Amino acid sequence: MTTLVLRARSLTRRRRIHPGLRQPLAVVGLVIVAGWIVVTIFAPLIAPADPLAQGFAASTGPSREHLFGTDELGRDVFSRVVYGARVTLPLSLLVVALAATVGAIIGAVAGYFRGPLDGLCMRGTDLVFAFPPIILAMVVAAVLGRGLQNAAIAIVIVAWPPYARIVRGLVMSVGDTEYVQSARLLGASARRALVRDVLPNVIGPVFVLMTLDLATAILLLSGLSFLGLGAQPPQAEWGSMVADGTQYFQWWWMGTFPGLAIFTVVLAFNFLGDSLRDVFDPRSGVRDSDEP
Amino acid sequence: MTVAPVSETAPAAQRRRLGPSTSLIRFVLRRLGAFVLLMLGITLVAFLLTELVPSNAAATNLGEQAAADPAAVKAFEEHYGLDKPLPVRYLIYLKHLVHGDLGQSSLTHQAVTHDLGQFIPATAELALYSIAFAAVVGVTFGIVSALRRNRPTDHALRVASLAGISMPTFWIALIVLYVGFYRLGWFPGGQRLDPGTSPPPSVTGMYTVDALLDGNLGLFGTSFHHLLLPALVLAAFNVSLLTRFTRSAVLEVVGNDYVRAGRAKGMPERIVVRRYILRAALPAVVTVLGLVFANVLTGAVLVEKIFSWPGVGQYAYQASVNIDVPAIAGVSLFVAAVYVTVNFIVDILYGVIDPRIRVS
Repeated sequence: MTTLVLRARSLTRRRRIHPGLRQPLAVVGLVIVAGWIVVTIFAPLIAPADPLAQGFAASTGPSREHLFGTDELGRDVFSRVVYGARVTLPLSLLVVALAATVGAIIGAVAGYFRGPLDGLCMRGTDLVFAFPPIILAMVVAAVLGRGLQNAAIAIVIVAWPPYARIVRGLVMSVGDTEYVQSARLLGASARRALVRDVLPNVIGPVFVLMTLDLATAILLLSGLSFLGLGAQPPQAEWGSMVADGTQYFQWWWMGTFPGLAIFTVVLAFNFLGDSLRDVFDPRSGVRDSDEP
Repeated sequence: MTVAPVSETAPAAQRRRLGPSTSLIRFVLRRLGAFVLLMLGITLVAFLLTELVPSNAAATNLGEQAAADPAAVKAFEEHYGLDKPLPVRYLIYLKHLVHGDLGQSSLTHQAVTHDLGQFIPATAELALYSIAFAAVVGVTFGIVSALRRNRPTDHALRVASLAGISMPTFWIALIVLYVGFYRLGWFPGGQRLDPGTSPPPSVTGMYTVDALLDGNLGLFGTSFHHLLLPALVLAAFNVSLLTRFTRSAVLEVVGNDYVRAGRAKGMPERIVVRRYILRAALPAVVTVLGLVFANVLTGAVLVEKIFSWPGVGQYAYQASVNIDVPAIAGVSLFVAAVYVTVNFIVDILYGVIDPRIRVS
């Protein structure tokens, strides 16, 4: 009797937090992301030095004074890594939000109105998919010029099609359900049906994709900066700091620590995205672990 | 007595044989149509790219001296139809394309197709070794992970594969070079061969293959030694990707009744895995080949820069930095064409293997 009651209680308590989010990976991801957000916001308080200030102690290894050492110009690598978060995190967030918005609008319009408009939109996504992202980004950099802003634009251009496809598919399947049909019959406008009835159903999958895309966007953004097509010197940006590190091989700390920063952030978003996918897609992951 | 059943079953057998094959033909034709359309789209993008970038095409292509000569400029403009309206210019562009004319690189002053011919084999060699390694290791890891589901091995592989797709390729390259080249001195620091070594007589342009064809084992060893680090670095992302895909593909089939039946009748686990599980799971893994290919290209651009590997990635990078429009348009056209072709082949293969795909 008591065991039964206890069991029931523990079941209700466990249900409040979705099993997908109770995984250690999700928790670790959340903690790391929260940590980086704190670093981003309080960068001036955390960094001991100005990220651009050149000191006399050039290229010294990690020490108590310079936690991550100094680079070839005597700049404090730790401070540059901390300030680098202010470049990468907000920009990649903006890039993904833009890509999701653009893609969702195109996908929703295509899925709702169908017909030739739909065909046109989907051929457009096919065309973007035909080019590997980094090639497309290099093309954009060649056309618009080098710079962080243009690199961001390039990533938006590369990243919108998956959102368009997901939203289109979901809008089509939801649009056929009875409650949307009856809303239309009752005289609801197309826009109203789209915003009130259809959108709430597509938020989840889009959210998962955005989390995973944040990881991709950070990798791509820092990759472009590594190539010299993104952030320009002397700005403290992780990708270009790793590029500096490849110039001065013997001073391993110059490239290792900024790379580690990229790795931890990307890993955290991948942990989160992977766990979130289990939440929104009951077919994957969690069911496995609940099985005996 | 014996005649009747034969005449009855023959049409049925014929129908059964005809049915799937017509659906397959229709499927292939439909995909082929989409493929051709996409190819045209790619050429349109590449063409518009060359149009979009404001530059004095004649001056950059001919050089200053020739550009001062009105006759030369006129001949150049006529050749590329620069005096004609846009749609006509696109048709002229297509005509040149069919003849393998992608224009001239403003950086190397060579035909872009010639440049591509130089750089493609280096990247192809890197990509082939890398994909082969990633396929073997990734699929193995995926199977192990799925069969040990929710045991420590599986958890470790899940975290490791997530880490693998989270590490920036250029950062792995830096660390690997620092350890393998600078610290230990076990590997060369870049390039395809040691300075002073002459490459094997060119047949395929891939040094390891050419060296073997030449019967020069020493040279094969050297080029393989140079290839190893960049190929492994390039494989890291795809190993993780394939581990994840294979795991979920195997999990889809591992609980099926026929697998349990196989186990129940006492079949050795090895045979169950190979004949029952892998055969059902691998077609799904084939579909990610397109993605794997795209990852290799993306990684190649970064890896080639660090390892000074003279491949397409380096060429594209140089073209992009120097705003060499014919070159970057040519590279993206080539890369996209290969990418789309790979995806097309994968599509067809999947349709052949799994008839259900043809209908949708």
